[in-house]
Amino acid sequence: MKARGDLKEYQVVGRMMPRPRDRVPALYQMKIFAPDKCTAKSRFWYFVSQLKKMKKTQGEILQCKEMYEKHPLVIKNVGIWLRYVSRSGIHNMYREYRDLTSAGAVTQCYRDMGARHRARASTIQIIRVEEVAASKTRRPNIKQFHNSKIRFPLTHRLNRKLHKPRFTTSRPHLTF
Amino acid sequence: YISYGPDAGKLAVIVDVIDQNRALVDGPCSGVSRKQMNFKALELTSIVMKIPRGLRPGNLRKAWEKQEVQKKWDSTTWAQKIANKKKRAQLTDFDRFKLMKAKQARNRLINVEFGKLRKTVKRPAPRLRKKKSVKK
Repeated sequence: MKARGDLKEYQVVGRMMPRPRDRVPALYQMKIFAPDKCTAKSRFWYFVSQLKKMKKTQGEILQCKEMYEKHPLVIKNVGIWLRYVSRSGIHNMYREYRDLTSAGAVTQCYRDMGARHRARASTIQIIRVEEVAASKTRRPNIKQFHNSKIRFPLTHRLNRKLHKPRFTTSRPHLTF
Repeated sequence: YISYGPDAGKLAVIVDVIDQNRALVDGPCSGVSRKQMNFKALELTSIVMKIPRGLRPGNLRKAWEKQEVQKKWDSTTWAQKIANKKKRAQLTDFDRFKLMKAKQARNRLINVEFGKLRKTVKRPAPRLRKKKSVKK
């Protein structure tokens, strides 16, 4: 999968096709984070075949619905359990992110894994995504934002307007 | 103050900090819906609102109106400079003519005063220059 753009959360429900021996097959539901519906369905089959004896050819997807965040304007600490393939082995990880939505946090996770571990999206499997209460967070870089009187300076503010003006005789003002 | 993006030029309050680069921002009375923004797009003003972290939009609007944020902003030189720039961009040719006349009148007053001051300053004695031709 290529984790293009902002990922969305999908609820995908699927089952095996009914057969003479199994007239009402069990339903399986997954929470999939993907850039679009198509990829979400594909990932569903990817995971489900790993976990159950079910293939796309023998099964059907009953529902692939985008799930929207319940409180998108509340900041959450999201804990993500994942499994990824590195150059020398397969590892489990638990990572935390602060974001307004789970999908946003998972997008952050993919970007972060790529940056920190050079892990491509196709080698990452998100196992579990959960909102974690502030007291239960484990990572110090997330805990540092749990401060109602948080203060930090924005040091050395870069001048991004390199062409307005393009030529000038004065150095840009960087400390505010 | 939001410096670029779709809400450029509007005032918003930082309601909460998401992480090192983003803040949850809201401007109920200035048309900014509650959203996350990168700090890079924000410029701090000197106005500080006394609100608890994560205040809900309804209560934030009340606090904004009560603490007269818009009034405080409009009285700052920053806001006045922006307003002046805007005015200048909207001048008609007649307005520019009026502006030129007003500037002329002001400069004339200044120059008159300057002339008076110049006269009162003691002029230093002119330096004697040796001229070969004169002394003969």
